[in-house]
Amino acid sequence: MDVAFWNREIETMDRRRLTELQVTRLRDTLDQALHTPFYRRRLEKAQIQSGQDLRGLEDLRTLPFTTKDDLRQSFPFGLLAVDFSEVVRLHSSSGTTGVPTVIYLTQDDLDRWTDLLARSIVATGCTSKDVFQNMMTYGLFTGGLGLHYGGERVGMTVIPIGGGNTQRQIRVMKDFKTTVVHITPSYLLHIHSRLAEFDTRPEDLSLRRAFLGAEPHSENTRRKLEDLYGIDAYNSYGLSEMNGPGVAFECVYKQDMHIWEDAYVVEIIDPATGEVLDDGQKGELVLTILTRRAMPLLRYRTRDLAFLHAEPCPCGRTHRRLSRILGRTDDMLIINGVNVFPSQIEEVVMAVPEVGTNYQIQVDKVGALDRLTVKVEIYPKMFTGEAALLDRLKARIAEKLRASITINPRVELHEPGVLPAFEGKAKRVVDNRQEM
Amino acid sequence: MNITQLSVFLENRKGRLAEVCSLLGRHQINIRALTIAETESFGVLRIVVDKPDEAAALLKEHRITANVTNVVAVEVPDKPGGLAGVLKVLADHDVNVEYMYGFVEKSSDNALMVFRFDAVEAAIKVLSDSGIKIVGAEHIRGL
Amino acid sequence: MIWKEDIETMPLEDLKNLQSERLANIVRYVYENCPVYKDKFDRTGVSPGDVRSIDDITRLPFTTKLDMRDHYPFGLFSRPRTDLVEIHVSSGTTGNPTLVGYTRDDIGLWSDVMARALCCAGAEPEDTIQIAYGYGLFTGGLGFHYGALEMGLTIIPTSSGQTKRQLKIMQDFTPRILACTPSYALYMVEEAKEMGLDPRRSSWEIGIFGAEPWSESMRAEIEAEWNMLATDVYGLSEIIGPGVSQECHLKQGLHVFSDVFYPEIIDPETGQPVAEGQDGELVITTLTKQGIPLIRYRTRDIVSMTTEPCACGRTSPRTSKIKGRTDDMIVVRGINVFPSQIEHVLLGIEGTHPHYQIVIDRQAHQLDSVQIMVEVDERIFSDEIKKMRALERQIQHEIQAVLSVSVEVKLVEPKTLERSMGKAKRVVDKRSL
Repeated sequence: MDVAFWNREIETMDRRRLTELQVTRLRDTLDQALHTPFYRRRLEKAQIQSGQDLRGLEDLRTLPFTTKDDLRQSFPFGLLAVDFSEVVRLHSSSGTTGVPTVIYLTQDDLDRWTDLLARSIVATGCTSKDVFQNMMTYGLFTGGLGLHYGGERVGMTVIPIGGGNTQRQIRVMKDFKTTVVHITPSYLLHIHSRLAEFDTRPEDLSLRRAFLGAEPHSENTRRKLEDLYGIDAYNSYGLSEMNGPGVAFECVYKQDMHIWEDAYVVEIIDPATGEVLDDGQKGELVLTILTRRAMPLLRYRTRDLAFLHAEPCPCGRTHRRLSRILGRTDDMLIINGVNVFPSQIEEVVMAVPEVGTNYQIQVDKVGALDRLTVKVEIYPKMFTGEAALLDRLKARIAEKLRASITINPRVELHEPGVLPAFEGKAKRVVDNRQEM
Repeated sequence: MNITQLSVFLENRKGRLAEVCSLLGRHQINIRALTIAETESFGVLRIVVDKPDEAAALLKEHRITANVTNVVAVEVPDKPGGLAGVLKVLADHDVNVEYMYGFVEKSSDNALMVFRFDAVEAAIKVLSDSGIKIVGAEHIRGL
Repeated sequence: MIWKEDIETMPLEDLKNLQSERLANIVRYVYENCPVYKDKFDRTGVSPGDVRSIDDITRLPFTTKLDMRDHYPFGLFSRPRTDLVEIHVSSGTTGNPTLVGYTRDDIGLWSDVMARALCCAGAEPEDTIQIAYGYGLFTGGLGFHYGALEMGLTIIPTSSGQTKRQLKIMQDFTPRILACTPSYALYMVEEAKEMGLDPRRSSWEIGIFGAEPWSESMRAEIEAEWNMLATDVYGLSEIIGPGVSQECHLKQGLHVFSDVFYPEIIDPETGQPVAEGQDGELVITTLTKQGIPLIRYRTRDIVSMTTEPCACGRTSPRTSKIKGRTDDMIVVRGINVFPSQIEHVLLGIEGTHPHYQIVIDRQAHQLDSVQIMVEVDERIFSDEIKKMRALERQIQHEIQAVLSVSVEVKLVEPKTLERSMGKAKRVVDKRSL
């Protein structure tokens, strides 16, 4: 397989030198963090007056975590580490409800972020010849602008179409022979279900790759998308607190995502105790950003559950790999006392060949008990009028789900188009239980 | 056995229904049955008249959008449960009623109802087989 | 502050020399690289060697929107597709959209003219700008974004919509500059008052408003309501997007960045130049653009132009605000709409061709509303209400997909739509701009 690099030196740096680089950058980051009221208080408490007080990476573990709540409480300027006039970009989640958060970047921060994205794009095999249709929303949401910059830096032809308007998306894909898209997996599934409406078959498109982002999805969803379109689909990971997309990206081998360790110190912790776990163990992802002067964040709790691979990748990159996001510490459903992650359910239903491109998870309270209902859309050819066939399919899905999540769900089969469709991030869980 | 209904497209504005009715009246066309289905902005007036062909031509001449639909006029016993009995027969034979409405006048002791079915022929057969009386166009004209 | 002082205040004679040199280059460039232009020039009987001075420009043929449509998507390119780093598409008159492509150098050009425009409006490098133009295929958002980045402003890329959030962000980060459509600036007044804000005390001091025509009375209203300086920006995606011209704080017309976008004003009927100060159609030649250079592109916008120097020091010519169009294009919420697009959609529905009328309205301080009235004749009429509603929705969805503007569809009886001289009147614009 052809392996290309954007920055071979950094991407294949041996582990020892990579660690040294991390320590150097971490010291600078601590110096920078000391400029903010929020971290000055914290670091002084931890006996750190300057970055030089950090002896090695292990010392990082003695520092407290930073949480989303900390971001909210220091809004708007509590975590700003440079003069405001140096800031060239801010992304804020300012909402009309709830306390907003904000992320600041200087021009250099923006350049370093763009470099990570260029790296990520090239790792999937894209070149300057590709036509890139960016279907993520532009604006305060970081998904659109992030990859936009990366795509331009690589020299691809970027079509900044944003999300929604499926008819136009299909038209533009055909007119400009789009070869790669950046999209949420739910929207890519949705587009497929509507191709026929616009007299288009997947083979009429020139699509070769998709960057999947902004929502967790299963390996089976990826395979399904690859089969439906005849493309390679690459998983990506990012969050706005860490700039946005480009924290981790799959290479051509598609065996989980290289997390750019020259830019982020990565830890996996037990979400309950805060204890740092070993590679291979599943826990909450904690990140320290090393490349953002305007707004350092130390040991930020992402609330995403995943694990790390340390074994080398055939592509030659030395940066460790991050598994798919297995769930969120805060989207876990507790159903009759059993912990269930929506991702487990997706994994099962998307592996059933009769199941189409959409599903929904519903939880109700029936008397004292919780009831889980999994609604799936199945291909129209399944509705032959033979009820027995459908009953057997239902039973088969229910059995597979029970094997995976240990509880017995109700399964409902629906015709395509019945469940709500999503042109951006999907909301697949409907929890009808009253707060206790 | 079916009869002709005229469906007329009308905007929801004041006096519009009166205008259409008086146009028919001026030309000696008598409305036997009538109903209106409406949305916020427009409505569909459905009428059964004594001279449907003349009425259709008249509407067309006045550039009023209308089309012709086949409906079935049925005699329903004018007593409690009368309509329910007819509907049960239809339901038992899986006949789907799109909509229905009543006549202005009665025929003997029975009420007259207009039914719109998606499968007109099948519905007529079910009704006839069950001994329910269907009223023809001739009868309507003579009312 | 003047961003490119040497260029923007250049003595007119030097400017003319620069324009002449650039014109000769670009004409040779398109002749050698774009078969469509080679063919056009050959047919007109003009060769690149004939163009030595900017005054020779009148010997060249015009380029029109029709050329863009006929050669869609790649025919007017002077560079291979792989050299483009960004593509935008905007609405075309019917089926085919209009394509805009930028090479890396073109993005540099765009950043430069937008930085000039921001400075011209009064921005200083330490300012924060709230960009409430839509980001994406529409060139407004990204154009301002690139210019602000070039200038080193702090950018808040709010994109369009979500008014409460826009206002909350204005309060939180106190940006001095606001960029959006003028009607949106007025719309936000009401929302601000509802939230208990005093618009006169907002942090915005300078507004850069464009993407739709607006009047002096709208300017007066915006300035009074927000207590800010309201300036006009002009551009069109075929040329570059926003950044063709911009008003300075004196508000005496829009400075055209004529060293890169050379303007002419012509009589739309005869194609001949009009006298200075007279109304006519604005024609632009891109003197340095690489990806899709356009020679004498007819914008269809009616303006007047003056070459008198401005007190701000800039020597470039100034145009008036847009006074009208030579075609039937209308601008709704900053989006260009052609009645023919709507016709195209209606034609596609059940193969019918019903009469229709577009009614555009704007209540005080509200956004534009678009109502499409469609006459119902026997071909599309159904006795069943649900089918009629489905028809209404289908028309609505298809038009929205094509225009990217939300519309309301109203089914009306035949003959209700106004006709003049037997011909249907397609557009009723009730807005007072």
